[in-house]
Amino acid sequence: MEYDSSAFISGTDSAQWRTMKSVCLLGAAVVLLFAGPTLGLVETYHFSDPKLEIRYQDLTEELRCPKCQNQNIADSNAPIAQDLRRLLHQQLEDGNSDAEILDHMVARYGEFVRYRPSFDGVSIILWLAPALLLVAALGGLLLALRSKSVANAARGTSLSVDEQARLQSLLNKAEQDS
Amino acid sequence: MGPRLKLFFPLILFAMLAITLFRGLSLDPSEMPSALIDQPFPPFSLPSVNTGKSLSQADIEGQVSLVNVWATWCVACRAEHPYLRQLAQSGIPLIGLNYKDQDADAQRWLEELGDPYRFNIADHDGTLGLDLGVYGAPETYLVDAAGVIRYRHVGVVNEGVWNTILQPLYQELIVHSGAQ
Repeated sequence: MEYDSSAFISGTDSAQWRTMKSVCLLGAAVVLLFAGPTLGLVETYHFSDPKLEIRYQDLTEELRCPKCQNQNIADSNAPIAQDLRRLLHQQLEDGNSDAEILDHMVARYGEFVRYRPSFDGVSIILWLAPALLLVAALGGLLLALRSKSVANAARGTSLSVDEQARLQSLLNKAEQDS
Repeated sequence: MGPRLKLFFPLILFAMLAITLFRGLSLDPSEMPSALIDQPFPPFSLPSVNTGKSLSQADIEGQVSLVNVWATWCVACRAEHPYLRQLAQSGIPLIGLNYKDQDADAQRWLEELGDPYRFNIADHDGTLGLDLGVYGAPETYLVDAAGVIRYRHVGVVNEGVWNTILQPLYQELIVHSGAQ
């Protein structure tokens, strides 16, 4: 049967076959036409040194897009992110160090542009807050536990005179019963 | 803390949290102060949109002025334009920074809608925009007579923005530069 069907295809009218082929080609062309803008969004840069490319990847992930604030410039398709990527590529090729490039960006867009802000100024609060909160929470817990155990201990050692008398009478009663 | 007061602790905690979160509602995270406040206007050498003459930061110095970042592809700039013309008519020096745009489009825009600017800097590739820390048009920079950036407004300049934010700062700078 398979031979028959292939024979059927090869045996079809060649004009019909050509029409089908051109329809397929047209379809592919249409798909590519619409794919064009999405393909063009992520540009590729050529680096003179593979090491630069690795630094480029790291820096595009560390630098934050000023316009689309919860994306880094590697993920963002905003025009400003494209511009920053171009600037970054150019600066890497110019032989600038990571620190120089980050300083350059921070001078223009503020500390905001870094996902790992520097350890000074206002951002010191950001860095220290988690540790300070942890210390405060542990301190609070320790204090609460200690005051509870102190209260328990205090209650445990001192029976009042009435309680002492009642305990004694209970003990005596138990002795008599047995 | 007495035992009765302790009962109010969850309520106090809730109230503090509610105040913090409520304040968060009215904060605009896209409103960031420019990194260039109190910094000199970045040096540049770019052509004029209208004449092609080379312009530099020296052309901005000499008087307190507003540098408005605009483009023909920017819808909000079109909304802002009539008010800018009004400002220019009342004698406020406006300088245009035509950001990532085509000269022909910009010239047509200025012909059709009127030209409130003393001159327009053609920043085709957005290089000056990058140096200024522009992340979208429209943005408006208040630059003093010495060419130092004093304020950056992101978004449309309208009557409300001018009256409440820009004009007081502008007047202050005028008085300050007059005293010197």
